[in-house]
Amino acid sequence: MAYLIKGVSILGAAPADLFLKDGVISDKADKDAEIIDGTGLVALPGLVDVHTHLREPGREDAETVETGSRAAALGGYTAVCAMANTSPVADTAGVVEQVWRLGREAGLVDVQPIGAVTVGLAGKQMAELGAMATSAANVRIFSDDGFCVADPKLMRRALEYVKAFDGVIAQHAEEHRLTEGAQMHEGEVSTRLGLTGWPAVAEEAIIARDVLLAEHVGSRLHVCHVSTAGSVEVLRQAKARGVRVTAEVTPHHLLLTDELAAGYDPVYKVNPPLRTRRDVDALRQALLDGVIDVVATDHAPHAVQDKECEWSHARPGMLGLETALPIVLSIFGPQWELIADRMSRAPARIAGLAGHGGDLTAGSPANLTLVDPSARRVVDPSELASRSRNTPYAGMTLPGRIVATFLRGEATVLDGKAVK
Amino acid sequence: MIKHLRSAADLDAPTATLILDTAAEMAALSGREVKKLPALRGRTVVNLFYEDSTRTRISFEAAAKRLSADVINFSAKGSSVSKGESLKDTALTLQAMGADAVVIRHSASGAPHRLANWVDGSVVNAGDGTHEHPTQALLDAYTMRSRLGRLDGLKVAIVGDVLHSRVARSNVLLLTTLGAQVTLVGPPTLIPLDVAAALAEKTQVSYDLDAVLPDSDVVMMLRVQTERMQDSYFPSAREYSRRYGLDVARMKKLPEHAIVMHPGPMNRGMEIAPEVADSPRSTIVEQVANGVSVRMAVLYLLLGGK
Amino acid sequence: MAQPRADAPSKIILAESDLHRVVDRIAHQILEKTSGATGTVLLGIPTRGVPLAHRLAARIHAFEGVEVPVGSLDITLYRDDLRLKATRALGRTELPPGGIDGLRVILVDDVLFSGRSVRAALDALNDVGRPSSVQLAVLVDRGHRQLPIRADYVGKNIPTALSESVKVTLTETDGADEVKLLGGLS
Repeated sequence: MAYLIKGVSILGAAPADLFLKDGVISDKADKDAEIIDGTGLVALPGLVDVHTHLREPGREDAETVETGSRAAALGGYTAVCAMANTSPVADTAGVVEQVWRLGREAGLVDVQPIGAVTVGLAGKQMAELGAMATSAANVRIFSDDGFCVADPKLMRRALEYVKAFDGVIAQHAEEHRLTEGAQMHEGEVSTRLGLTGWPAVAEEAIIARDVLLAEHVGSRLHVCHVSTAGSVEVLRQAKARGVRVTAEVTPHHLLLTDELAAGYDPVYKVNPPLRTRRDVDALRQALLDGVIDVVATDHAPHAVQDKECEWSHARPGMLGLETALPIVLSIFGPQWELIADRMSRAPARIAGLAGHGGDLTAGSPANLTLVDPSARRVVDPSELASRSRNTPYAGMTLPGRIVATFLRGEATVLDGKAVK
Repeated sequence: MIKHLRSAADLDAPTATLILDTAAEMAALSGREVKKLPALRGRTVVNLFYEDSTRTRISFEAAAKRLSADVINFSAKGSSVSKGESLKDTALTLQAMGADAVVIRHSASGAPHRLANWVDGSVVNAGDGTHEHPTQALLDAYTMRSRLGRLDGLKVAIVGDVLHSRVARSNVLLLTTLGAQVTLVGPPTLIPLDVAAALAEKTQVSYDLDAVLPDSDVVMMLRVQTERMQDSYFPSAREYSRRYGLDVARMKKLPEHAIVMHPGPMNRGMEIAPEVADSPRSTIVEQVANGVSVRMAVLYLLLGGK
Repeated sequence: MAQPRADAPSKIILAESDLHRVVDRIAHQILEKTSGATGTVLLGIPTRGVPLAHRLAARIHAFEGVEVPVGSLDITLYRDDLRLKATRALGRTELPPGGIDGLRVILVDDVLFSGRSVRAALDALNDVGRPSSVQLAVLVDRGHRQLPIRADYVGKNIPTALSESVKVTLTETDGADEVKLLGGLS
């Protein structure tokens, strides 16, 4: 199928026609091309999420590779990295290949599995990282996300070991001895609500340790869901010294604060927890400055019963794929260069996804999304493509509507609806 | 009148005072031979207790029965709750039974707030996790007012594990609403910076009990759980007791009129010496009796009207 | 019951001096009907029944030198219309030191209307003791009874429409002695 997108603005530039043919962006129109009116729309390179939970295998009642892929496509994504904390854990070539294959079968986005760093995410023994790297899934990011690789020796070895295949360790930074029983950000609100606090220092201490380890062994480090102003400072200093560290921030940490816990609605429970206004401001600045490299969703679907309960019994996590771009637009406005970099190019680079995050020029893979920045939508959980409903944005009016998404020249979303 | 009592923050000064005044009338009525009053005839009060707390449950049960309400005790043990039924499903069951009020005790902070989303009746917090215990604060305030004649300007020291104490949280909110000056006393591990920050406008913090006692009208000793020792909040029961326990020598530093309170159950010899607990200054037994009157007042004011 | 508006037309039924004369007359009637008020206790129903009971006791003492014990009997918790209105604050129940067992209790209220308050008072009385007999004294009887209840002592009978209301004010509670009829719905 060939497409002619008429009068579309590429990254905010003057309207022009865009041709897609044979999976790539073409410099001339095909006479049989299907015509899409691009008036008022902005074309972005397809978004890439380095941090998604697809829940399959194991919790197909919360999400499957297929439903998560559909949610991703509707959110403007063409590639997502699926976290390893499934059941069974993605700690072998077999499991990562299964997830990778399910992604191919769904065919809505490229599903790039992330491999576990340690066997069973237990933090004791390194998983067969090399086997996962050379599997069909071609794993490059390794993470025990949900758990921190707490043992400094093991973390050091993992950082070193993945150099052989240009891998990267994505650390969930949480000093667990400081977060035992933690329910929300440790601060005035947690004190008032009587919920055990998750202190900022528990994140900052691990990031500080890990950037030193990465510096020591000369390895790449990626920091998951940075949530505190203090972490930003640690990263800023490390980058200034030339440490090869990258970092992500979630849309929810860029927008929401711990005050939302006041009603004890677990839809606001997430790990790391929502922090304070001061942290939110620092994270926004860090994303602008490039101290934080990417926006990653940490899309974490949960079944209804895991959220319709007491706060402390609820599982942490929020949906993110379908609302990430609107949230970022609502915060930063139409800074298309910034958005393309932090949500497509940089994450594609970190994940080693060559076909994604490219410029929308002739010859490049036709992975792109079309956004109507003037449209505004009220978030209705029942309309989400995800199998779960745990969005913290229900009822919020957000700018930007994803009109179409193309994966290698094939439409996955047209007219705001998933093609399959 | 408010619909729920989930937190002492639900109470403004006039409402809190109305509860205390109503409790005083209830107390006067409880001296008579026929203790039962017909005000809540036909109303159903459910005691939903996920934690064992015989004294609180009995207190609420007596209060509801004296007002002629039908009382259903729904305790976690041996019920569908222990078979893993969710709070929401239990709530829907209570809703179907037509509960006019649910008195809930739960180990999870905020459980009463969640419950209030799922039932039409009033929700009364009988202690939730490390959050609040508002009727305990009301009975403490009632006890202070009846012993000392006022709350406005009263100097109250709350001593011990403030961090984990639902009694302390509710008392700070209620007492400051009613004009008392609260000082929190304990080791810094149990009154961390955030407690001070969250409550600083309203309260003072001290780590030195001996310095606070001479200027206190009320000293309220909190129960200190021994498992806190395992978690390095303080080194040993002996050291805790020496630094923050109320013994006879310390009691002598209190002004003549000052009273000693404890929400119970006490660790005699730990946070409070037996001689102090049994002294005339101690209001510990009174607090229990006042609990029924205060809970009658709360149930009447929540359920008595339209 | 529909309440007249605050700015509804009003008519004074008992001015201050009339009200005092009426209280005096009730005091005399009590002395007469109870053979000198021996073995008698006055229980006022809050709010305005309580000062009225004290006034009656004071007048009885002035006329005959008899000390009649006075108390108050709050009926709030016994009302049959609790659920129809917002929660009411409680009044005070205070029995005289000698109690009421075996004595003649005269309930005192300002206005007798439906009779429901008196029914509640009889229930309340039942829970605090066993008097030998119970009588009822009211300042105003405005009619429209809904229960088989009548007063033993009536200061003034005032025929009223249901849309009207009778407002008693007393110095102790309201700063002035007066009984007004507030006009119908306008």
